[in-house]
Amino acid sequence: MQNPYLPYPVRIEEIITETEDKNLKTFKLVFLNPDDENKFNYNAGQFAELSIAGKGEIPIGIASSPTEKGFLMFTVNKVGLVTSHLHNMKPGDIMGVRGPLGNWYPWDIMEGKNVIIIGGGFAFTTLRSSIIYMLDPANRPKYKDIHVIYGARTPGMLLYRDELSEWEKRDDIHMHITVDATDDPNWKYNVGFVPTITDQKAPSGNTDTYAIVCGPPIMIKFTQPVLDKLDYAHDHIIMSLEMRMKCGIGICGRCNIGKEFVCKDGPVFTLDQLNSMPKEY
Amino acid sequence: MKVIKIDKKEWAKGLERLSKTYQLFGPAKHEAFFVFKALEDGELPDLDVQNTRLSPRSVIYPQSEKMFEYTLDEDQEDHHILKEIDKEYSSRAIIGIRPCDAKAFLLVKRNFDAPEYKDPYWIKSYEATTLVGHGCNAPCSCCFCTTAGCGPFHEEGLDILLVDVDDTYLAKIITEKGDRLLAAAGWDTKTDTATNDPIENMKEAAEAKITSMVSTDQLKDKSTTDLFEASFWEDVSFACINCGTCTYVCPTCWCFDIQDETHGLSGIRMRNWDSCMYPLFTFHGSGHNPRDTKTQRVRQRFMHKLKYYVDKYDNGIQCVGCGRCVRFCPVNIDIRRVCDLMNSFEL
Repeated sequence: MQNPYLPYPVRIEEIITETEDKNLKTFKLVFLNPDDENKFNYNAGQFAELSIAGKGEIPIGIASSPTEKGFLMFTVNKVGLVTSHLHNMKPGDIMGVRGPLGNWYPWDIMEGKNVIIIGGGFAFTTLRSSIIYMLDPANRPKYKDIHVIYGARTPGMLLYRDELSEWEKRDDIHMHITVDATDDPNWKYNVGFVPTITDQKAPSGNTDTYAIVCGPPIMIKFTQPVLDKLDYAHDHIIMSLEMRMKCGIGICGRCNIGKEFVCKDGPVFTLDQLNSMPKEY
Repeated sequence: MKVIKIDKKEWAKGLERLSKTYQLFGPAKHEAFFVFKALEDGELPDLDVQNTRLSPRSVIYPQSEKMFEYTLDEDQEDHHILKEIDKEYSSRAIIGIRPCDAKAFLLVKRNFDAPEYKDPYWIKSYEATTLVGHGCNAPCSCCFCTTAGCGPFHEEGLDILLVDVDDTYLAKIITEKGDRLLAAAGWDTKTDTATNDPIENMKEAAEAKITSMVSTDQLKDKSTTDLFEASFWEDVSFACINCGTCTYVCPTCWCFDIQDETHGLSGIRMRNWDSCMYPLFTFHGSGHNPRDTKTQRVRQRFMHKLKYYVDKYDNGIQCVGCGRCVRFCPVNIDIRRVCDLMNSFEL
């Protein structure tokens, strides 16, 4: 019987400090046993438990795309015991990864459709995975228009800034980057909160258009009325939730919303699904 | 189904033979209270106990259990890599488990032995265990098993059912596992003249003694969000002190936490029973907590047992009516009352 609690051993290959407050770092991890990479067969939108011997585990969205081979990537905000320890680790250090866990964005259903990605703050990780996945030459023809609305407090708080500017240059993805405020005279993108920019830039909803929304609760709260105004049906609004987790496989009992476990039945739910669930998240 | 008669004079000898091939557990006094514990050589299970304070769930699912080990010593080749621990899953038997507690393992099995994920620790331990039940001739006053999908002579989940009749035990063999255990105990099975009749009669008499009931027939049809928003939760939870006793004595509670414990350069990853009554259970690293009030936590416990479980598995409530949480709640919160509130709830 395979033990679903046993992490795959990995080595930290590279650590990138993403944001000006130094609170977000990206960890590039390489499997110690090459076979394990084949077993870790994931889709954009899934998460994994990062495991540090002696500290514990944390559930983190996978920021790399399944089309990127040879490594996994996670961007981690420093908040608690495990994340603080992880932020002090060095390239070459050994840790573990358990997964992939949870469901993913409905790539099969979204085939042939327009995809609008709306992200805020450090919730952009699985959205990066999704963008890289859709822009892969093998996948790009499967999706129609791709819009990305991504906001952070300041330019220095945006994740993956080099990639953002690369995507800005492409004509097969519409980027709408925004910051809450900036005094940088050279800032050439939008200024304003994500809901406002969504109102201005997002195409109207229809049966051929899906919105993926990930961000802090305040952003979600104010973006939803905008999407309603733009006529997005609630089963076309896709969200990814966070919850305190331990097992990650629907057994330990803490991350439920009603009868659904965010770790196993989620983290991805449509707004339509969430409407029929208790408001306890 | 075969029923054999075991002379009580032969009981101890059989258990002694059994202890050669099975590790035996049973109700026995530990300090001031009765618990299910590993029986020592020659120690007999105390079958006069109505039931123990804690359920026997720890025999299969220990309160603390090692999962993995690791070394942090960088001179070791496998440092910081979690390794499985050799665990022992040889045959064991719980002698004198009550039918409600045995049925509880079946309810819990749906969680640990799900189609998508298998919990190897629980499953191996459960498979290694033979459950020798003991029918309740004199149920407790707050048992409500007969309306909670169970009963004082309920056989589901048991391998053998023992019924105490004067100077003998009638043993009803329910599964092959039970058959194997009886063979190992070597009681004289030639007195195979007993019939099912006395058991049926005693079963009816025992069931008639249970007067405490719950109604569960409407739970499935109620709207989850309506029940969740119901106004009675504030009242139900008002006296709760979030002590967690209900979740620790319950045979059907299964939640756990995972923690690493390091001593020097070596350590273990272990899991420990946890409880939805505690605020840390759902406390996010960010400081946000979706269940930060006791009303939310009390609601979670009852909604899980009486609604979410019902909807998820379509196989009744997550309760066997053992009555422990009713007996041991320090502020008299009563699942029977809450169940009836939920079952009869109208907007």
